[in-house]
Amino acid sequence: MADDLKIKVNGREVPVGASPDTPLLYVLTNDLRLTGPRFGCGLAQCGSCSVLADGVEIRSCVTPVGNVAGKSVTTLEGLPVLYAQQKGLAQAPALHPLQQAFIDVEAPHCGYCYNGMTIKGAELLAQNPRPTDAEIRAHMNGHLCRCGTYPRVMKAIKVASGRITGDVR
Amino acid sequence: MTVHTELPFSRRDLLKGGGALIIGFSMSGLPTPALAARGDIAGPPDPNTVDTWIAIHADNTASVYFGKCELGQGNTTGLLQIVGEELDLDMSQLRAVRLDTNVTPNQGATSSSSSIHRGGPQLRAAAAEARQALLTLAATHLGVQMGSLAVSKGVVSVDGETNSRSVKYGDLLGDKPFNVKFTGTAPLKPVNRYRLVGSRVPRVDVPDKVAGRYTLVHHLRAPNMLHGRVVLPRGQRAFGAGAKPLNVDESSIKDIAGARVIRKGDFVGVVAEQEWDAIKAARALKVTWQETPVLPGNADLFEKMRAEKTTDTVIADWGDAAKGFAAAAHVRSASYRCPYQGHLPFAPNCALADVGPNSAVIQSSTQDVYNARAMLATVLGMPAEKVRVQYYEGSGTFGRSCYEDAAQAAAIMSQAAGRPVRVQYMRWDEHGWDNYGPAHLADVRAGIDASGKLVAYEYHGWQHGWTVTSSVQDIALQKPGVERAGGSNSITVNPMSTGSMYLVANRRVVSHAVPMNGYLRGAALRSPLDLSFAFASEQTIDELATAIKMDPLEFRRKNIGDKRWLGVLEAAAAAASWQPRVMGAALSDRDVVTGRGIALGTHHVSYGAAVADIEVNKRTGTIVALRIYAAMDCGLAVNPALVENQIEGQVIQSVSRMLKEEVLFDKTGVTSLDWESYPILRFAEHPEVVPVVVQRLDEPSTGAGEEVMGAAAGAIANAFFDATGVRMRQYPMTPQRVLSALGART
Repeated sequence: MADDLKIKVNGREVPVGASPDTPLLYVLTNDLRLTGPRFGCGLAQCGSCSVLADGVEIRSCVTPVGNVAGKSVTTLEGLPVLYAQQKGLAQAPALHPLQQAFIDVEAPHCGYCYNGMTIKGAELLAQNPRPTDAEIRAHMNGHLCRCGTYPRVMKAIKVASGRITGDVR
Repeated sequence: MTVHTELPFSRRDLLKGGGALIIGFSMSGLPTPALAARGDIAGPPDPNTVDTWIAIHADNTASVYFGKCELGQGNTTGLLQIVGEELDLDMSQLRAVRLDTNVTPNQGATSSSSSIHRGGPQLRAAAAEARQALLTLAATHLGVQMGSLAVSKGVVSVDGETNSRSVKYGDLLGDKPFNVKFTGTAPLKPVNRYRLVGSRVPRVDVPDKVAGRYTLVHHLRAPNMLHGRVVLPRGQRAFGAGAKPLNVDESSIKDIAGARVIRKGDFVGVVAEQEWDAIKAARALKVTWQETPVLPGNADLFEKMRAEKTTDTVIADWGDAAKGFAAAAHVRSASYRCPYQGHLPFAPNCALADVGPNSAVIQSSTQDVYNARAMLATVLGMPAEKVRVQYYEGSGTFGRSCYEDAAQAAAIMSQAAGRPVRVQYMRWDEHGWDNYGPAHLADVRAGIDASGKLVAYEYHGWQHGWTVTSSVQDIALQKPGVERAGGSNSITVNPMSTGSMYLVANRRVVSHAVPMNGYLRGAALRSPLDLSFAFASEQTIDELATAIKMDPLEFRRKNIGDKRWLGVLEAAAAAASWQPRVMGAALSDRDVVTGRGIALGTHHVSYGAAVADIEVNKRTGTIVALRIYAAMDCGLAVNPALVENQIEGQVIQSVSRMLKEEVLFDKTGVTSLDWESYPILRFAEHPEVVPVVVQRLDEPSTGAGEEVMGAAAGAIANAFFDATGVRMRQYPMTPQRVLSALGART
């Protein structure tokens, strides 16, 4: 029954009133009122709705909410805490290092795709803290940006990589 | 968890005077000032009154009211820099007020890269008037002459006085109105004393956007709100053909909780309590649409345009083109075909409307709140003064995407339902019902004398114009769409982009206006048609350089007289470490070959030049843009970092538009309805971009949002020839077209 459905979002168990076939995105945006994940295509083509499920990027616009029961969902809002857990930090930073890098290189224009860029980029850096240019391009290729900010996303991932690994301060 | 910042959204509250809504840019520690008693009266407020533009608060900060919207281009930052400069306030003391037809002045649409170019001088004048008024107060307060006053961070002191007496702006005026009309005599700060303008001030909107705290129109919700979706034929029909539902089977959605159909004229929409139910209902609703198979389809598009009875306008007529061609030693000519392309914001458009019997509030990402208000008033059958439009940023729109449509659909459904309605277009609605950048057909011919001097230039361009009305309005009111009247109000061949950068005595440019009926709905798409003009014109110029085996950079130098065109040309060439070359002279037999091209282009007033390095796989037909060097001269760049960022975005979009983007349609309607059928440049495909700002402190600031796209387009086309020895006469330069062009050579 829908009444029994609970999902874990950003470390918190929340009951889900929507039917289990409702895409996760609408639960996150309308019921939990999160502003990170957002609708872009509803077809899993663009990446604006991305969240992490057990650390793996998924498209919430085509994922029935019932499918994430038992998994730990992290949205943009929960990324700094997840990062702190991954790195064993006592306290979560205000922003994930990639978010800070996006600010430092002034990457976004409209910023709508940056939910997905951040989620996907953070996933990459968690798996591979020192990605090569080719690895960044391949990993990020499922995320579109209409404003044309790919070069700065690339730059920011490299900046964040340097900071995370301590290679560059 | 971050939750939305809720803003007042009820007609009663707002129409009672909810006050100015302050944009929530995070400026650490800045207290919220008392809200000025604005908002009661329908705007626009008097533009010749200081209070319309600027309010000084008791905490020595200022609110700035302007009519140009943040679209992700950074104009909020640039405009605040201009105001801060004149008032001698720091960025941390300035905030922008949300655009609202009951609050902010009417500066016209945020289009044609006009924010800084045309909006900037208005704000500069307003800030100068405000400063003059404040210094008049300060002089009295301090008992000195105005001329002896100096200002720093909003603190007025007596210049040169040790232990100077001082007073803050906030103490002089704190939250009280200026009550000052423009005098027209307020002195402007001389450029040589600028400290904020011309500097790389960080963008004020970026931190919140990155943190996910920035309120976009998509984030808005209202109490008691319904979710709405439009029900349109999948893919727009021909302009003028309408979208007539012959039958709407409401029983087809009877099993979807709370879903119901809303109709007005030919408009069909659905509302539901839950968003997913509204989406399901819009998908499930069975509608039989009247068939109108009157489009040419992609296959017959250009032949139909050429055969059309057109309205012709001579755009430029220098000297005697026929005589020039007769005397030319070398002439090159060709026809070029350029596609319809879409705005296609990354997020389909969205709006929230609350419409009652006598008043309405609509929150929208329109590029022009006052025009949106007028259109909504027409659709709702209400006086414009009873309609209030508030601007919330959407995703990058690049011209008139479906934002008016989403706002009107939300308003129509709210009016019928008697409750607030939030509408978001689905991806297929946005892709299918865009106001596309029109297709273009060009015949270009140019000639040089034996020395390589341009002596004749002729450009004939065919395109239809732009729509005035929106599709939802046309459908709901059952009226045919209205195309903008011809001439300067509609799209014609842009003389700036068609040879005017060259010294050519005999030049003729003719625009052949095709009527829009029977084609797709058109509107301005970032740098309207300038990519097409540059694609055609700059390839012709390049062919002439090749004809006499001259380096294309040297050829352009030789034929340019204007120092600013020369300036961007040299800047792009220097950034690329350009070495003299004859185009296509070093062809390789390998499968994967490289080429380099150079070109010029613009939109209106600024100057653009680009060098492109590309790779062509002759076996697969795939083109990879490797590096693009792009230079822009937009006069005094108020914030060079913003301009660099705009150059990068323009270049990436140009690469996308040259290599990938094309609206597909058959005789009935548009068929490219998502990112698979209308692909754009992907992450793995993006080139390195090297932006160059040619800073000119002594020239007025002009637009920077569109002006290097044409140059990038031309440079890519020329680089293709350099790599392959073959000219592309049609874009996008897809693998299929590349293979076809390469095949035609052998």
